Amino acid sequence: MNPLLFFALEGAQPAAAEAMDPMVLIAALYVFALAAFLGYQVISRVPPLLHTPLMSATNAISGISLVGSLVIAGAYEFNSHKLLAGGMDAHASWATLMGFVAVFTATVNVVSGFGLTDRMLRMFRKDIKKKEAAK
Amino acid sequence: MDTQAIQHVVQSPNYILEFTYLIASILFIWGLKSLSHPDTARQGMHLAEAGMAAAILGTLFHHDIHFFGWIIAGLILGSLVGAAFAIWVPMTAMPQRTALSHAFGAVAAALVGIAEFTMHAGTMSMFTRSALGLEVMLGTLTTTGSLIACGKLQGFIRGTPVQFKGQQFLNLLIFVGMIGCFGHVLYDPLATGYFYGMVALGFLFGVMLVIPIGSADMPVVMSLLNSYAGLSSAATGFVLGNNILIIAGTLDGFSGFILSILMCKAMNRSITNVLFGGFGSVQHEAGPGAQGEMREISLEDAAVRLAYAGKVVFVPGYGLATAQAQHAVRDLANALEARGVTVKYGIHPVAGRMPGHMNVLLAEANVPYGDLYEMETINPELDSTDVAVVVGANDVVNPDARDNPNSPIAGMPIIEVDKAKTVIVLKRGQGRGFSGLENPLFFKQNTSMLYGDAKNTLSQLAQEVKNV
Repeated sequence: MNPLLFFALEGAQPAAAEAMDPMVLIAALYVFALAAFLGYQVISRVPPLLHTPLMSATNAISGISLVGSLVIAGAYEFNSHKLLAGGMDAHASWATLMGFVAVFTATVNVVSGFGLTDRMLRMFRKDIKKKEAAK
Repeated sequence: MDTQAIQHVVQSPNYILEFTYLIASILFIWGLKSLSHPDTARQGMHLAEAGMAAAILGTLFHHDIHFFGWIIAGLILGSLVGAAFAIWVPMTAMPQRTALSHAFGAVAAALVGIAEFTMHAGTMSMFTRSALGLEVMLGTLTTTGSLIACGKLQGFIRGTPVQFKGQQFLNLLIFVGMIGCFGHVLYDPLATGYFYGMVALGFLFGVMLVIPIGSADMPVVMSLLNSYAGLSSAATGFVLGNNILIIAGTLDGFSGFILSILMCKAMNRSITNVLFGGFGSVQHEAGPGAQGEMREISLEDAAVRLAYAGKVVFVPGYGLATAQAQHAVRDLANALEARGVTVKYGIHPVAGRMPGHMNVLLAEANVPYGDLYEMETINPELDSTDVAVVVGANDVVNPDARDNPNSPIAGMPIIEVDKAKTVIVLKRGQGRGFSGLENPLFFKQNTSMLYGDAKNTLSQLAQEVKNV
């Protein structure tokens, strides 16, 4: 049982149902178009100097797919007997397992992506010469 | 499906969670914007990290989540592996790591899609199903494609292109089969057999797409796979009706797309040419300049020439990274600067195995970023350069690209080291470069060759310069 459930609103309908409303769809298309435009503007300004950190940062950011994986991994009851029995009853357990793998890989991307980006950005310094001269 | 329940969900979203996602999206964009300058980049990325943490924590309160065991296990395992990557992956291995992370991102998207299909195929709208199909196709082909790219970069798989007769026809067949399965699922959501057929063909297509591509073209392939992984995430956002996924996925997708275009421009090739050209598999005629004798120079002479120069430009290529010579270059540059020589670095956009790779390697070796010059800025300066030192680079300084219209790399922008007063080329041996092309630069009057392992040669040069 979810100990945090009292924070959440009622109604445990599957997430996919939310996308069915046509207005939601149109809004999603707006978001996509505007994000594409904004992305083009923002990313064109990143200098070639920082293209490797950029790739690693966008990787980490797209690890936000973790929020989708979390819902899949936690929405259904995992039952190893049903899983082994197969058929329709096994679907929920399979979904949980797939969600688990997705949570794992997305978390790896988020943690290593942000970690490596920071490690790289720390190396880009302007004042090395001054420091060495001061020694 | 109870329609009233659906209405209920649509009309009463979790406002706190949606608001968290909105803040996180803004922080992501802010973070990427801060990457426009190295001085602001770190701070901006910290904001993006905070946004990510908030979004993940917020999602744990999602009303669909009832069981936490697998979630916690995945989060802990993922964090451990991710932290290990972040701490121990050497900068020379960044391309492999990035390819692997494209595979991880894509497999997450594909699995979410497959799980959604297993649970809700019957109740999805046509639009949701088409988004889901795109998500799963892009996800699966990016997964295997990136794994192959990673294997090639790491050396598990031979880097040379794998080509055979009828390959493109076979690829077309696989592609058409995949799209066909997709079309069938679109009209018959309960045709699970076709759905899994699409999944299998997606995995296969990813392999087939990347095996014919040589290691030298990896910067383009990496950027392209980056783009696919991002778009696959964005499609997940459409399936789940989740705006932050759409935004982050689109940003990632476009970033990859822009980088692919830049990399293609830097090689003067089209994306289709990279994907289907199988570069480096055929021997081409060299230009008229590629004859004559290469002049060798001794270590001592090279050191003297460098020590008495006014301005020296280093042009590093991937060979610098394979020889782990970035620190040795820095030592030599230090010794030269101590004598009052001006030292600059000319970085070609495709130097290395991923966009911007060479900059990171040199930054790691404590080269200040003010000394790293892009191709467009360093080229006008080469006329006034006394010695240009080419370290482990070949095609990016090949004058044939500029002078010989029959060359396979004709039109590719190069760093014009042949315009410098003298050129010293550090090379492992007399063999050809990665693409198998002859390089007329090596036969020019003002070019001298210095053979040997780049790291050793550079350290010895630094010693000699100090003794001059």
